[in-house]
Amino acid sequence: MLLAELMAWIRAFGPYRWASHRLLNWGITGRTAVIGLPYLWLILFFLIPFIIVLKISVSDIRLGMPPYEPMVHWIEHQVVALQINFGNYAFLFKDALYRNAYMNSILVAAGSTVLCLLVGYPMAYGIARTSPSWRNLLLMMVMLPFWTSFLLRVYAWIGILKNNGLINNVLMAMGVIDEPIVMLQTDFAVYVGIVYSYLPFMVLPLYATLEKMDLTLLEAAADLGCHPTKAFMTITLPLSVPGIVAGSMLVFIPAVGEFVIPALLGGPDSLMIGRVLWEEFFHNRDWPVASAVAIAMLILLVGPIMILQYNQGRQAGAHR
Amino acid sequence: MANVRPEHKLEPWKDPSAEPYIRIEKVTKKFGDFVAVDDVSLKIYQGEIFCLLGASGCGKTTLLRLLAGFDEPTAGKIWIDGADMAGIPPYRRPVNMMFQSYALFPHMSVEQNVSFGLRQDKLPRGEIKDRVDAILELVKMTQFAGRKPHQLSGGQRQRVALARSLVKQPKLLLLDEPLGALDKKLREHTQFELVNIQEKLGVTFVVVTHDQEEAMTLASRIGVMNHGEIVQVGTPGDIYEYPISRFVADFVGSVNLFEGALIEDEPDYVRVSAKELGGHFFVNHGVSAPPDATVWVALRPEKIVISRDPPVMEGEDNRVQAVVKEIAYLGDVSVYLVRLPSGRMVRVTRPNMRRQSAAVDRITWDEEVWLSWDASSPVVVTQ
Amino acid sequence: MIGRRSFLVTTMMAFGFAFLYIPILSMMVFSFNESRLVTVWAGFSTKWYVELIHNDQIINAAKLSLKIAAINATGAVILGTLAGLALTRFRRFKGRTLMTGMTTAPLVMPEVITGLSLLMLFVAMEQIFGWPAGRGVTTITIAHMTFSMAYVTVVIQSRLSTLDESLEEAALDLGARPAKVFFLITLPIIFPAILAGWLLAFTLSWDDLVITSFVSGPGSSTLPLVIFSKVRLGVSPDINALATIMVSLVAIGIVTAGFYMQRQEKRRERDIQAALAINQ
Repeated sequence: MLLAELMAWIRAFGPYRWASHRLLNWGITGRTAVIGLPYLWLILFFLIPFIIVLKISVSDIRLGMPPYEPMVHWIEHQVVALQINFGNYAFLFKDALYRNAYMNSILVAAGSTVLCLLVGYPMAYGIARTSPSWRNLLLMMVMLPFWTSFLLRVYAWIGILKNNGLINNVLMAMGVIDEPIVMLQTDFAVYVGIVYSYLPFMVLPLYATLEKMDLTLLEAAADLGCHPTKAFMTITLPLSVPGIVAGSMLVFIPAVGEFVIPALLGGPDSLMIGRVLWEEFFHNRDWPVASAVAIAMLILLVGPIMILQYNQGRQAGAHR
Repeated sequence: MANVRPEHKLEPWKDPSAEPYIRIEKVTKKFGDFVAVDDVSLKIYQGEIFCLLGASGCGKTTLLRLLAGFDEPTAGKIWIDGADMAGIPPYRRPVNMMFQSYALFPHMSVEQNVSFGLRQDKLPRGEIKDRVDAILELVKMTQFAGRKPHQLSGGQRQRVALARSLVKQPKLLLLDEPLGALDKKLREHTQFELVNIQEKLGVTFVVVTHDQEEAMTLASRIGVMNHGEIVQVGTPGDIYEYPISRFVADFVGSVNLFEGALIEDEPDYVRVSAKELGGHFFVNHGVSAPPDATVWVALRPEKIVISRDPPVMEGEDNRVQAVVKEIAYLGDVSVYLVRLPSGRMVRVTRPNMRRQSAAVDRITWDEEVWLSWDASSPVVVTQ
Repeated sequence: MIGRRSFLVTTMMAFGFAFLYIPILSMMVFSFNESRLVTVWAGFSTKWYVELIHNDQIINAAKLSLKIAAINATGAVILGTLAGLALTRFRRFKGRTLMTGMTTAPLVMPEVITGLSLLMLFVAMEQIFGWPAGRGVTTITIAHMTFSMAYVTVVIQSRLSTLDESLEEAALDLGARPAKVFFLITLPIIFPAILAGWLLAFTLSWDDLVITSFVSGPGSSTLPLVIFSKVRLGVSPDINALATIMVSLVAIGIVTAGFYMQRQEKRRERDIQAALAINQ
């Protein structure tokens, strides 16, 4: 009720009335403001930047700030020269470093998605089938790491995986090994890091579909003589496909562009596109090539993003 | 299914000079390609309880929302109290609505919910309090004024919703399935209460319902809707006894329909031959239909007399021999499904006026019986 | 029988949770280690916490991050709520599809792309309009708001789509104008979702390294930037201490919120039971 009084006070206050009147005169109603404000923001800070990146990706590098040639040149009197350079893209194709980085990104992202699914599915399944009071606690435990610093969680693995780290120390103390196993700065560490960081993104959508599932379906299956294992394969698993798709895409898409994990846990040769882009930008200061890398990565991700959107849309449709 | 409205009620729709309170003229509402309301024209008068009756998706709720102003008609006009409602937003209409879900604000107490509308009009505090107290008294919710909606039972919520929509003293109240969320016992009780309140306050009610029993109980008049169109408007008695189409006859109550042909068509009676009946209907009122047109005869199950002995009546019409195939004992009535020689099944209901016991020799399965009915009972419809 | 967890599932679940928590716990334990060698236990000590408090670089970076995260969360909640309202309450307007796309794309966009493209925009804007002059707190905040508003939009949108629209219609019907309906009815009811959105936006900003790296300038080192530069050089015990503090704060916050919500839920259920009992 305090809010209402505050509103009344503001309204009684002249400038508000004047301003709202003015806005209405210009055809700005509440509706246009509600739609317009976020719309303009997104166009300015989300859409236009992509167009600029697209533009820069076809520019030439030059020394100076900004370090790229303008696309449109004013040559003498009113003669405009349009300069488009696909050389940056050609460079990406020719150079083995970039090709490897691409292939490796896809491989690592896909591999860690599968691992995430293998670890996450039993977790989601288990949580969905516990008693409701425990369920909330377990869900909270899945969510908790998500709310804590991503960077610090990746960092935690350094202490575990390095040569004199937790695992090696424990194994050597037990006498299983004499020499430390090299784990840090390998692809293995990158896999572990990605699976660890993105596990909540896999578990939560899976849980959402499994929890919604009608358990009487399984009772019906058992009643009709179906063994629980078979019932899982023929009923539970197919019904959880939307969750599997959503979870997999939510892991795969960001994993492809991941920078922090390969930078901290990976070795110098575990190249991924996100890291290549970073190096191109921060170390080589080659903005056009960095932009071309970004566009190429985006093209790679269009497919998975569309699958994700379609999947969400279908799930939303099924609810109605 | 008794109509609880007193019989002496005025019937303004019979008076050509009466000014309707709501005038709906050729109103159409489309959502994309879907026509929700199709060219509807209606006049509703002050003090009526007008029920829009139809199956879900027939457009009745859309019509109600057009009256409330949540949607604008695609074509046509609506006048309320003489004023054109085009472009008038809901917060400026002299109309209040009671929602099917009750739509009680969950973060406000009963009292705050009820006073919400009055506070929007910036009435003095004292007056708001008096009016809220009075209306809570009327719906017997005074003692629950401080409760939040989730602390109330279904019936109490319904009464709060009613109070909230009535407290602004609207001349027109729109009710969307007002009793739909209540259980059967409570619903019956509330129906009578609703009518009492309506009579006390003199508000015009427009009620949307899919429950024909509810419509029959509440309504001064019923508008039956189908596929966005108004099929028939009339008093509950008219709708039940004189349906104008097979749809209405079938939708309101249950009915036995026979396809047939007019063989005699006089101003004061008709005879219809129906193949499935294996005989003739004699109907003691005229029908306006072209000769040789296909007609349908609608015969309500409770208007058929079932007996072992041939009925005593002149002529061979309006009676037929049959075999009992099914009997369902429902307590107050029994339903008989009997088979005519043509194979057609006919539904007959019969009140159980005497207590059943072994001593009474009841009609039973596979017995040969006679069915007969009065010449005033069948209704002939042409569409 | 049906729906009960088998031994196998329980084991795998336990493994999953161990996988999630062992790294965090080991980090916490070793933050109390006497030795600089992070992984060899040399006795209990709180000296890394003392060192952390006296590390001005980290303290200043944390203050800056807090400030940016708070401004960002507030801005993102306003924009995200408006976007959520627009997408759920206005069914038809020009460019609705584009807006839907633009509010969901940042959720899955790799951060390197978002960061790079925003930097390109800021550089171009500076060249053309002279604003924003250089990179710093302003550009970081704008960048954070852009991607965190998308998360807020999702939260608000899903809350609004489950909100019974007839509540808002009832308020309109009782004579409240649309703006008033929003402030008196919609806002109080969806307030928990708005709070959740605010916290989410805060966390996203507080945590963000990649996008910030692109759009930050000299003198605007946020906490993740400082942590990253330290961590690149190897494990350092005061970072363990910092992590322990951050994880503990979040855990306490979440557990408290969880208990509070559970208590509310229980009270609500009791009320409903009581309401049913008095049913005539």
